[in-house]
Amino acid sequence: MPPRKPPKAEEPPAPPPTAETSVVRGFWTGNISFGLVSIPVTLISARRSGRASLRMLAPDGTQLRRRYFGAQEGVALENSDIVRGYEFEKDRFVVVTDEELEGVAPKLSQEIDLSRFVPLADIDPMRFEHGYFLIPSKRALKAYRLLAATMEERGRAGMATFVMRGKQYLVAIIARAGLLRAETLRFDDELRSIAELEIDKSAAVDAPAVEAFARRIEELRAASLDTRDLEDTHTQRLLELIEKKRNAGKDVVAAAVTPHEESVDAKIVDLMEYLKNSITGGDASAETPSRKRPRSAQHKAPTSRQPKKPRAPRTPRS
Amino acid sequence: MAVRAMWKGVLRVADASVPIKLYSAIQDHDIHFRLLHRTDLTPVTQAMVHPGTNEVVSHDKVQRGYQVSPGEIVLLKPEELDSLTPEESRDIALTRFVPVGAIDAQWYDRPYYLGPDQDAGAAYGALTAALERGKVEGLAHWVMRKKAYVGALRVHAGVLVLVSLRHTEEVVAIESLETPEGPALDKKELVMAQQLMAMLEEDFDPTAYRDEYRDQVMTLIDTKRRGQKPKLGLVKTKPRAGNLKAALAESLRTAQRKPREKLSASA
Repeated sequence: MPPRKPPKAEEPPAPPPTAETSVVRGFWTGNISFGLVSIPVTLISARRSGRASLRMLAPDGTQLRRRYFGAQEGVALENSDIVRGYEFEKDRFVVVTDEELEGVAPKLSQEIDLSRFVPLADIDPMRFEHGYFLIPSKRALKAYRLLAATMEERGRAGMATFVMRGKQYLVAIIARAGLLRAETLRFDDELRSIAELEIDKSAAVDAPAVEAFARRIEELRAASLDTRDLEDTHTQRLLELIEKKRNAGKDVVAAAVTPHEESVDAKIVDLMEYLKNSITGGDASAETPSRKRPRSAQHKAPTSRQPKKPRAPRTPRS
Repeated sequence: MAVRAMWKGVLRVADASVPIKLYSAIQDHDIHFRLLHRTDLTPVTQAMVHPGTNEVVSHDKVQRGYQVSPGEIVLLKPEELDSLTPEESRDIALTRFVPVGAIDAQWYDRPYYLGPDQDAGAAYGALTAALERGKVEGLAHWVMRKKAYVGALRVHAGVLVLVSLRHTEEVVAIESLETPEGPALDKKELVMAQQLMAMLEEDFDPTAYRDEYRDQVMTLIDTKRRGQKPKLGLVKTKPRAGNLKAALAESLRTAQRKPREKLSASA
């Protein structure tokens, strides 16, 4: 038996595919409330995996699957064999279930209660962690638009905390161009204070030195951000290399396609489609977003990839 | 205890340089869980398995490949992948300066604080002052731990901060989405919504929000550890108000009746 690596991610494996899992699996569905007005929404990540994802293959070219193992060698575990545990002493664990994690804060799990509206300009973007778009259910579109218009008009962000997949989030709900988005913010104790660092600022600032930097800055000054500066050159070079090898017919092998091995790109396209349908009414159904699926994804099996967001509370972000 | 620097580098603006220490601005308070085998509660291990034979393929035998089409995979050798790894360097090259705010927060990933290294205090101070005076932030490129980064160099409370930025492909730009549309909004509802929001307005106080759930999860763990049964609630969906106008009117009445504190008390 070859040596195995310990699991890196402290998250349970993705649930086995069922009729209920879909492309939008893993996103939070609940209500934003503004006073007694309650707006059912689905949160969709504004982030997507941009890096070309490489597959792990067997020497014969077959795509490998990640499996978990217990003490018994050679016997892969099923998802139902795996539980989540907290190590309270070396090698001693308390098992915690999803139901228990939800059950300790049931109200927080369903509601983004906007009880404070703060000036948008007050929030330091250094606190921003992860962006989501809020997609309204069809029947709540009017209330959604009303809230967005009011927030934009007043330059305010709505603040709330809520629980998603075993972790409490602080969110700022921000309106722009009629769309609501949620930015999860770092809690105050998650951001180090400068006082904790030994930053020595005692040196006297020398006016000619400032002037010299100012001149250099002026030479490199631009009016706005050029997003070409944000291009992922590493991935571009990787894709170029791949294309070159493909054209040369070098190291090209036949891929055995199974429903589990769909490309990640397909998933992204589905998301955009989903977003568009929900907002512009491309689909006349009045189903709630949690049930609705983009048509293009309905007959596909979910990918074998694990959900992007950690399912266990407070798992590390790498 | 003072926080230790995680990396050292040199900020470069044209021919000028400022040696710096880099500190993570984030601290982790997450509760960490492990995956365990249900029967004996020992941590599981993971391995890559051949789906046909169900045999474990050892790490050194695993090949990397990229699927170029549904039927085709291009294999990549370790040395080919290594050749793409960016070259190690201590340089943080400032290639451009843009007005403060020109780099939208949707690109932000992780913030790092920078402090002067050794005797770079004067140069650090001068660069900070020049950025403040010009009301600009810099666009920086650097390689840290074998990974290439793009970042925004800004001044925060008199200290240099480097925020790593996401790549273009990693963000669904707000501009790419369509605005929800519908009939014109009801004027009266707009007025009521404005009034209600005005009653809920306050300044942003980051210390007003606490991760109480973390404490509750720790209590849950503690209760179970002592062999007691945890008290759990049921997840219930709040009934929705049917009529928007009525809900707004009732919210306004409630907000006016209740003292401010009570209404803003978070769930």
